[in-house]
Amino acid sequence: MDWFKRSKPSLQAQNKKELPDGLWVKCENCGEIIYRKELDKRYHVCPKCDYHFRIGSDTYIKLLTDEGTWQEFNANIKSADPLNFTDYKKYSEKYALTVKKIGFNDAVITGTGLLEQHKVVFALMDFRFMGGSMGSVVGEKISRAIQKATKEKLPLIILSSSGGARMHEGVLSLMQLAKTSARLTQFAKTGQPFISLLTNPTTGGTTASYAMLGDIQIAEPGALIGFAGPRVIKQTIGQDLPAGFQRSEFLLDHGFLDMIVHRHELKQRIANLIEFFQSKN
Amino acid sequence: MAEKKSKFVLEFEKPIIDLENKITEMREYAAKSGIVLEDDIRRLENKAGQLRAEIFQNLSRWERVQLARHPERPYTLDYINRMCSYFDELHGDRLFGDDPAMITGLARLGDMTVVIIGQQKGRDTKDKLRRNFGMPNPEGYRKALRALRLAEKFNKPVVTLIDTPGAYPGIGAEERGQAEAIARNLYEMAQLPVPIINVVIGEGASGGALGIGVGDRILMMENGWYSVISPEGCAAILWRDASKAPEAAEQMKVTAQDLVDLAIVDEVIPEPVGGAHADPDKTAEILKEVILRHLSELVKIPPKKLIEARIEKYGRMGAWTEE
Ligand SMILES: [Zn+2]
Repeated sequence: MDWFKRSKPSLQAQNKKELPDGLWVKCENCGEIIYRKELDKRYHVCPKCDYHFRIGSDTYIKLLTDEGTWQEFNANIKSADPLNFTDYKKYSEKYALTVKKIGFNDAVITGTGLLEQHKVVFALMDFRFMGGSMGSVVGEKISRAIQKATKEKLPLIILSSSGGARMHEGVLSLMQLAKTSARLTQFAKTGQPFISLLTNPTTGGTTASYAMLGDIQIAEPGALIGFAGPRVIKQTIGQDLPAGFQRSEFLLDHGFLDMIVHRHELKQRIANLIEFFQSKN
Repeated sequence: MAEKKSKFVLEFEKPIIDLENKITEMREYAAKSGIVLEDDIRRLENKAGQLRAEIFQNLSRWERVQLARHPERPYTLDYINRMCSYFDELHGDRLFGDDPAMITGLARLGDMTVVIIGQQKGRDTKDKLRRNFGMPNPEGYRKALRALRLAEKFNKPVVTLIDTPGAYPGIGAEERGQAEAIARNLYEMAQLPVPIINVVIGEGASGGALGIGVGDRILMMENGWYSVISPEGCAAILWRDASKAPEAAEQMKVTAQDLVDLAIVDEVIPEPVGGAHADPDKTAEILKEVILRHLSELVKIPPKKLIEARIEKYGRMGAWTEE
């Protein structure tokens, strides 16, 4: 399992272009040509090398919840573009286009569902929406999910898939770190577990708040997890980074994860944890 | 006026400096030649004062960022030394080491005993390196956490002075869990049962600033900046050109007044005309007054209510629409 030795990014991009929505997909790690339906069935884990492709919140809902039990809440919260932010393009326009293209309103989906028959509150970040960046909407939706779990005394799962805070909302994005972390102090009094699930990538402000505050810290194999992005670190120190730096296995070695769990085992392993924490002695 | 002549001149200060140099020349000439130039000198001095006031009232956001980074700007220890009648610095996180980029200590501020936490920048090259340019490593945030715990145990209010270009992005910092250290502080500060006052005295860059920046009052010096990323960082990513930093500062709205307008900052602490470095004594005096005023209000609030109000304060932050 050495997907940090992956081929050059430019090559990957090329491969993606060659096989967009065709019948076959090339593994980003080992180069294996995989039948798309086979990959879908395996929740986008390479049958040859076990590389975990990035998947969206919709796939995680299928993976983690019992069929037909998912109920989304707060789906209609949208960004208000508080800074009236413009770079080369207006943030409000970029946002509207992204919503139209992706079909949901921001970089996190929140809801309840049964996980092996246990009712759980979920917040599932989605990297496809502006790199999973955390702005006011992500902060507010996650806060409300935490509050719901607090009020109803339900286990909480926050799945992170995020490049960090959203620059287009400036300091308001930064404050979402404090806002969500503060809500977690209230949830802690319920006696229910908060399971933080880290997927590729989890960096920046997302890592420096709820993603690192789980009662149990679980990562998928090979996920990039860190505070500063590798490019920034490389630039700052002017050296190449060691192999495997900031990957799940590195974080486990350094004491910041409880476990690395294969995507196919996630649901059962989380069910075991919930059963443990909810058992009365 | 006890104004200090600055060695370091920012672009927008040049017209003032030119005028001041002219005044100095006239004085020297008057002294040497015996010609009375008092009226002319006074006229020019008035003009310089007006020009200064005008320029400093109309600073762009980027100009304020430059003032926040002014090499003569007072740093955390400069304020502590001026504001506190007693200060004992406490070192080390009890886990890994002592981070000179983070100051923690016990202080007497007016008639209050408080715990002070703040990032520390260095003044000369050697000191800058030792202080890592005010960029803490995880042990800095964990040292701060230890100070927070002491404050809790001995029921002392906490004052944090924020001045950092960011948490350090290095290999060791990642190995020792920079993200976890910051996240832990956010969590613990949210529920600390003593009053916490945060003051952005200079630069407030991202999670590195927020890591000691959760509290009951968020105050900001007039010429500080505070945002989710530095203007250069934002420009490099969104504009793909770090030289667009002035534009990024405008767009991100990083000044103290901006943060009041965004309902983040509770009060802007005025600086003397010319910026905090023009008169550090006066600046520290004003800062001390404001901190003591807020502390006197906060110490009256029972801990449970204080924490509730703190969490709700952060709960309101952000802007969204809901159909
Ligand atoms: Zn493969």
